[in-house]
Amino acid sequence: MGEYIVEAQNLCKYFKAGKNQTLKAVDGVNIRLKKGETLGLVGESGCGKTTCGRTLVKLYDATSGTVLFEGKDVSKLRGKELLGFRKDAQIIFQDPYASLDPRMTIGEIITEGMNVHFHMSEKEKEEKVNDLLHKVGLNAEYANRFAHELSGGQRQRVGIARALAIEPKFIVCDEPISALDVSIQAQIVNLLIKLQKEMGLTYLFISHDLSMVKHISDRVGVMYLGSMVELAGNHALYDHPIHPYTQALISAIPEADLDEEEGKKRVHLEGEVPSPINPPPGCRFKGRCKYAKEICGQEMPELKEIEPDHFVACHMCGKEDW
Amino acid sequence: MKENHVTDMMENIPDDKFKIIGIDKDAEAPTRPRIGYWRDAWRRLRENKVAFAALIILLILVFFILFGPAISGYEFEQIDADAINKGPSAEHWFGTDDLGRDLFARVWQAGRVSIIIGILGAVIASVVGSIYGGIAAYFGGTVDDIMMRIVEVLLSIPYLIIVILISVITDSKSLGTMLVALTLTGWCGIARLVRGQMLQLKSQEYVLAANALGVAPMKIILKHMIPNTLGMIIVAITFDIPGYIFSEAFLSYVGLGIQPPSTSWGALASAAQQNFMFYPYQLMFPALMIALTMLSFTLLGDGLRDALDPKLRK
Amino acid sequence: MEKILEVDNLNVSFNTYAGEVKAVRGVSFELSRGETLAFVGESGCGKTVTAKSILRLLKPPFAVIKPESKIICNGKDVLKMDKKELCEFRGDDVGMIFQDPMTSLNPTMTVGRQIMESLMIHKKLDKKAAREEAINMLKMVNIPSPEKRIDNYPHEMSGGMRQRVMIAIALACNPNVLIADEPTTALDVTIQAQIMDLMMELKTKMNTAIILVTHDLGVVANFADRIQVMYAGEVVERGTTKEIFNESKHPYTWALLRSVPRLGSESKEELYALGGTPPDLLLPLNHCPFADRCEYCMPICKECKPQETVLSDTHKVSCWLMHEKAPKVESFYDRRDK
Repeated sequence: MGEYIVEAQNLCKYFKAGKNQTLKAVDGVNIRLKKGETLGLVGESGCGKTTCGRTLVKLYDATSGTVLFEGKDVSKLRGKELLGFRKDAQIIFQDPYASLDPRMTIGEIITEGMNVHFHMSEKEKEEKVNDLLHKVGLNAEYANRFAHELSGGQRQRVGIARALAIEPKFIVCDEPISALDVSIQAQIVNLLIKLQKEMGLTYLFISHDLSMVKHISDRVGVMYLGSMVELAGNHALYDHPIHPYTQALISAIPEADLDEEEGKKRVHLEGEVPSPINPPPGCRFKGRCKYAKEICGQEMPELKEIEPDHFVACHMCGKEDW
Repeated sequence: MKENHVTDMMENIPDDKFKIIGIDKDAEAPTRPRIGYWRDAWRRLRENKVAFAALIILLILVFFILFGPAISGYEFEQIDADAINKGPSAEHWFGTDDLGRDLFARVWQAGRVSIIIGILGAVIASVVGSIYGGIAAYFGGTVDDIMMRIVEVLLSIPYLIIVILISVITDSKSLGTMLVALTLTGWCGIARLVRGQMLQLKSQEYVLAANALGVAPMKIILKHMIPNTLGMIIVAITFDIPGYIFSEAFLSYVGLGIQPPSTSWGALASAAQQNFMFYPYQLMFPALMIALTMLSFTLLGDGLRDALDPKLRK
Repeated sequence: MEKILEVDNLNVSFNTYAGEVKAVRGVSFELSRGETLAFVGESGCGKTVTAKSILRLLKPPFAVIKPESKIICNGKDVLKMDKKELCEFRGDDVGMIFQDPMTSLNPTMTVGRQIMESLMIHKKLDKKAAREEAINMLKMVNIPSPEKRIDNYPHEMSGGMRQRVMIAIALACNPNVLIADEPTTALDVTIQAQIMDLMMELKTKMNTAIILVTHDLGVVANFADRIQVMYAGEVVERGTTKEIFNESKHPYTWALLRSVPRLGSESKEELYALGGTPPDLLLPLNHCPFADRCEYCMPICKECKPQETVLSDTHKVSCWLMHEKAPKVESFYDRRDK
């Protein structure tokens, strides 16, 4: 304790999906974030990474399991304490078009949070908005503009400024670059890294872009169908992936470099991600895994520390015939 | 030959044109002029010729409804035994009715009642419906279920029965009673519409963002949900107005509505119907006004829907 | 090699309320049988518009292909075709795959019928033969148990599966050219690899030429033969994949290559980020379109449009840096190796 700013234990989030059906979006995930680090979270669509991020900042209430923020159970926060949590934990969304209210000016969007958490005069607010816009690399002119007048990258900057306005400690970046062009992606990622250095922020960086996640993260977690299959430091994960799913995922990244591409062996993954509605018992990956054995169909593997700081959830790893 | 010319030109470029100056470091200021939401909507409405024409027709109608009776120089209830059932002429522009009353004055006087019912009815229904739908959407779950079942029950009662019941109970057939009767169930449609829209907005990322910022629920409704449903409500009102005008005309036509000497387009048409074979103009003018108003509101509503939809913005 | 498609001086404009947006400005290229040409660039650079113009899929009067443009496919002048010829041309000569497989399939028809439809129109097959052929197509795109899947509706399939169906539809009539507009953008990494491998396998099998429209340089590096880098409606550099990745000369190509993090690179070091935004295509553009964002910008760049410099048979670049008087600059490769 103390060392970790966010700790999620056995986090589960189920959604009702029709009669007698539950969609297990997040099923027993353990996440711990140290102060000032960036934890990357990767996985294919539908693997529960977004739900996981939203549950951590209490946009969703966890079905079971706990989220501790600075040692306090988030689900028990009320009134002032909850407000304090809201100030400290922020989120940046994927879609820069849907995440800004089309009826509000950029200035209004950025001041929205300040109105809740700070008592500031109009003048102070205006100054702070200009400050923030400058910080995220936008002209102060934009304060009076509407979101639809901005390009995708500019909107995403506004989304970042809105989150920063209330000086949070922890930000969930939920696919902040997926909707942007390559050159703009680099701008946003640079900005996020710069802000982290300046303000000592802690990030949970969710993305399906594996090379970008590697670039920005200190540690990376791989999710598959609601559970964490591998969690390790970014070099360890990309250089020596252990879980068969991670191996396939990393080898599938097409790299924009001819030399790297030559002689690269691709682990082909057959089939597609099964539905998270009423998943069968056992390892979620067994249907697509070439190492699957009987035990994989019976028990869900637990996340075990195979090497120092390298966690893998697989029955077979470390076994003789693997 | 041509190629030579090009190379020639290229070689003659002075050397100082080839000095790397790099990028202007000025932070980029917005280049396009700023366009507010309403101004942009107005621009698109104006571009839509049909809707704009409808708007102009409506403005003309409103002008005459306001000043028509005064322009005509006659009182709408002034009986003139010397000018009974006169056709349109320089003296009586729309002719006169079977009591010698000037139809021009009467049509515009009637228009007041019709338009008031139309606009007031639609506005009352929208306000009630928006609040009801907003509450249902915001609380969700069981509250939402119960509230929406009530709406469905209300919608299943034919409004004619309600109108008759109310006029029997209150024993009056005034404008007020009619408004009450028409709006009593009229808000249900809008309530459903608003609920649907709000449910959708609730999961929008900017509402989630406001949640994450810790903005109070009431403020989220006021600052995000309502402004973003406003466009839709305006369109719904525009589409509802002709409905109310027609309902009033229908009720007056069957004798359940406005009573003489007060009049409305429906009542005028009803009175003229007996003499229709001999004096068709007496029916034609009020019918034309009803048709024109309804058509214009519908076309305007269409245009507004396109103009206010943020997704269609370029 | 046999030329299958020739586009010459393609100009496309959109009429908007604010004026004429010149989305594609003088694009020319050729495509040979069996090769893969990739269009690369940021969104709004005109790559999709160019691809759609080839099939004349843009809606007039909003979009106008200017009269000076020329598109010759298989010896036929596409821009002079009437409705009927165009209908035959689409599908028969050129097939297209779109980005979003959900919206480009008809949700009320089984996938089998959608494949059979084009077979029945273009190949004049009867229902039974078309169905058999459709099953063959599904088998070819690696859909398991095609006999059953043929009666499925699009919503019963996953994203990757739908994209396979789209490919089957596009290839049903054995077209000479396949246009793939961001075929893998909506898909997950592992599925993306499957789809791209499938497309390449089919390409060799059927000797189809492919136009690959994408912003993903990784996909391009793996699958394209030639690359055409587009910016603001113009082609700024073209060359073989090797030439573009290892010997590119245009600062915009460098910027694109530099802004992608490489798996081998140190983390958290600053990525190269291209500042600014592409020029507003509403405004007239008589100089190099990239000048305002280029760190090597020279006064001439803001005055005159650069000519296309020929570096090799395949490698051409439009940049004033190629001029003999221009200073020699340290290229992206020199910097990277340091």
